[in-house]
Amino acid sequence: MSLMKRLRLIFSAKASKALDRAEDPNETLDYSYQKMLEMQQKVRRGVADVATSRKRLELQMKQLQQGSDKLTNQAQQALGQGREDLAREALTRKSGLANQLTDLQVQHAQLQAEEEKLTLASQRLQAKIEAFRTKKETLKATYNAAKATTTVNEAFSGISEEMGDVGLAIERAEDKTAQMQARSGAIDELIASGALEDKLALGGGDDIDRELAALSSSTDVEAELAQLKAAAGGGAVTAGEEAKAIDASGPDEAAVDASAETERTKEES
Amino acid sequence: MIVRILGEGQWDVEEAHLEVLNTLDGAVEAAVEADDDAAFSASLTALLDAVRTQGTRLEDDSLEDSDLILPPSDATVDEVRAMLSDEGLVPDQ
Repeated sequence: MSLMKRLRLIFSAKASKALDRAEDPNETLDYSYQKMLEMQQKVRRGVADVATSRKRLELQMKQLQQGSDKLTNQAQQALGQGREDLAREALTRKSGLANQLTDLQVQHAQLQAEEEKLTLASQRLQAKIEAFRTKKETLKATYNAAKATTTVNEAFSGISEEMGDVGLAIERAEDKTAQMQARSGAIDELIASGALEDKLALGGGDDIDRELAALSSSTDVEAELAQLKAAAGGGAVTAGEEAKAIDASGPDEAAVDASAETERTKEES
Repeated sequence: MIVRILGEGQWDVEEAHLEVLNTLDGAVEAAVEADDDAAFSASLTALLDAVRTQGTRLEDDSLEDSDLILPPSDATVDEVRAMLSDEGLVPDQ
């Protein structure tokens, strides 16, 4: 049997299971209406939850960007003092932050998409709630006059299908939000890991440093180091120019990240 | 014939288009069976586009149930398999 028919059967099986529970169609109609109102509350909460996660991501992105800017300055200072090792450390960390930032940008886009989907689902549901509110009274009158359950059942399955659809949208959004929240704690730790000089003063190198070093591409670091050296030779590089250079390399990093993500997905599945 | 695309809404598609939809649906089904994400994504996009372009969108306040139901446009093979399984991804009410 075709996929689209199988999915349809699954939805109607769920609907008839719910329908079996009620005996009196009048009650079924009121119950359905009540369920729709509850579902609408759930969708609205879902929209609010996704928005909260999105705002948290935005804050983290801002913090990572600030951290990245600071590391650029530190690398320049270190190089000015003839400490190439320190400059290298700063750029290594910065490269790690850049990877995280790219990752967060992808997540942010996903959350925005979920938020939009739920908002639209809520609008569709609202239109159906209003239509059903009027229709259920007509259906009740018809049923009470002729005891015709068919029309009641038809209306019920249309409603039930919509609720199944909306319920699925909420679950999918919740899954995505939960995945992001799990990663979000790690990002907070990264942000809280403190200023570079603190680490280096202690001899440098905790777990996060090692993780960052592993994440970062050493070629990027070398290239940027060379760039800074060249700039130091021929006049100072401003933080603004530096940021532009990083932006320009953005798409490549995103592509590398995306392919790494694909690899990970393959391994997991 | 009413077709629902999960997460999007419902379309009224004429019976005449059913054969085309069935062919496209067959490709989606084959991709699910082959566990081929790339083929699944491409064939699902083709199927959903066919419904959107050949069908007439129902108003949001329509209370009709659908004859056919299709996965959300960004669904994965795993998700569709879960929807079709006994435990089901489709929530109980």
